[in-house]
Amino acid sequence: MEPILSIRHLSLSLPVKKGMVSILHDVSLDVAPGQILGLVGESGSGKSMTAFAVTRLLPGGGREKIGGSIRFCGEELTEKSEKEMQAIRGRDISMIFQEPMTCLNPVFTIGRQMTDVLMTHQKISRSEAMKKAEDMLTSVHIRQAADVLRCYPYELSGGMRQRVMIGIALSCRPKLLIADEPTTALDVTVQAKILYLVREACRRLGTAVIFISHDLGVISQICDNVAVMYSGHIVESGAAADVFSQPEHPYTRALMAAVPKFTVSAAAGDKLFAIPGIVPDPSEPMAGCRFAPRCPYATEICRTRPPADTVTGSGHLVYCHNWETAVSSAGNAWGKGDEA
Amino acid sequence: MSALLEIENLTKTFRTRGFFGKVKEVHALNGVSLTIHKGESIGIVGESGCGKSTLANLIVRLEEPTSGTIRLDGKDITHLKEEELRPLRRRIQIVFQDPYSSLSPRMTIGQIVAEPMRVLGGHSEAEIRERAETLLHMVGLQPGALARYPHEFSGGQRQRISIARALMTEPEILILDEPTSALDVSVQAQVLNILTDLREKLHLTYLFISHNLAVVKYISDQTVVMRRGEVVEMGPSDRILTAPSEKYTRELIEAVPMIGKPFRLLEDPAESL
Repeated sequence: MEPILSIRHLSLSLPVKKGMVSILHDVSLDVAPGQILGLVGESGSGKSMTAFAVTRLLPGGGREKIGGSIRFCGEELTEKSEKEMQAIRGRDISMIFQEPMTCLNPVFTIGRQMTDVLMTHQKISRSEAMKKAEDMLTSVHIRQAADVLRCYPYELSGGMRQRVMIGIALSCRPKLLIADEPTTALDVTVQAKILYLVREACRRLGTAVIFISHDLGVISQICDNVAVMYSGHIVESGAAADVFSQPEHPYTRALMAAVPKFTVSAAAGDKLFAIPGIVPDPSEPMAGCRFAPRCPYATEICRTRPPADTVTGSGHLVYCHNWETAVSSAGNAWGKGDEA
Repeated sequence: MSALLEIENLTKTFRTRGFFGKVKEVHALNGVSLTIHKGESIGIVGESGCGKSTLANLIVRLEEPTSGTIRLDGKDITHLKEEELRPLRRRIQIVFQDPYSSLSPRMTIGQIVAEPMRVLGGHSEAEIRERAETLLHMVGLQPGALARYPHEFSGGQRQRISIARALMTEPEILILDEPTSALDVSVQAQVLNILTDLREKLHLTYLFISHNLAVVKYISDQTVVMRRGEVVEMGPSDRILTAPSEKYTRELIEAVPMIGKPFRLLEDPAESL
């Protein structure tokens, strides 16, 4: 299917005290209607910034520099004015975040907040909007939708608030939903329900979803496609099932080996793989691959020349000079627990 | 094997005064009994509000239990006064979840790590310094860290500093309350590996609290599953995670997203008020 969002060679620099610091480098991705794209990576990898660049909710105070192209429904978002972006946000592109309590206004009822969104983007009366809001809450499987509309945010549980946020986000039938760590603050049993909702909404309404998470398990379960980010760049991407069953970038492999599984235990002598070193400072210039200082497969070329995106035999895009060495020496450098 | 820490019928009820002065009772912990032997690593799992952190706070007596007893080496410590408690505090230490709020931003790492030993008294500055350096080395930090401030360190490094601080008084029991929940997976792996090494080297007993079942499975020999202030089931971690006998434990395990596990369709995704 034709992608609804197409990002090509996106770069982003944000102003800091001493000049500009480059946050994203050459990010390219596509999302199609009714599909979920997972953006996965550790803190500071640039996954949220990619989303903020799309919605232009950037912390640069207007001084940020965006390069490359973001095409949404055939239009170029990087050329839109702030006013045009305001009309797009909430109507065509919606976002949900990690902590629903900070996104909801504590002094207004859920009903008031939901109808505000509807009335901003559509020409309808408050009572019509209220009816739509109730339908929306019912569609995110809230049983007493009418009662919830009269509630204030503090009266609801974390899971219920996140349902309300999804309800608000979907109320104008957006073409693209960006979910930024929407289940990180929730318990696993509640998380399972929220993941179900996101996936159901995506399939039923044909909404394209960008799902951001640091949790590989969550991403592997609900996403169709996945892009693994490291230090502002996509290092591996492809169909989620393929990437997780056959990871080819050393960083993806390392991340997967670091996740504790039910099959490993310290008592049995298993060690988790800890990636040595730390994520590079974005202001630090680096000639080659940004993962090279922490990569056991790094050779001279990795430190001097940035790799090119390579399409591997399994159809992933891998950004690595030595991915073949990494794949063929499976299990050696990353120790036990590599096979998930 | 003799019991190091025995918890019997421990209950904690919080009273909150709602609107119009209506008193509401919350049973955070309801008759929990637990025995911990020397050298064991016990994991406590459960969702938010299940009472796992309350249990930790009661054991180190940051909160007073409503009823029940806590025995250390067979001695009842439930109602000891602050001065009598101090020697016991040396033996039981705690590491908290948030490595940002649990270290004072105005103190150097040296001061932070040395504090428990200074409070305890009876040690020369040279001794304290030497032990601080040894422990920092054990958690993988350079001695140069002693003169620096918390803001200069990453979350994982801060959590390692918290662990070094907790170990200063040579405790026997270390209570770890969600110590890796705020960390990235690669950093979490570092901290979990360090905890495994330390337990072996220093013969520590762990009470590891987490909402992450796989982490608990990795670090602990015994697992206790809690829900709404009560113990649902407990037993060897292998058994609990592979053949749980309680329905709730099965639901909990089922809900954990894992790589390679197919997405489960819920029978009833609804939530009511």
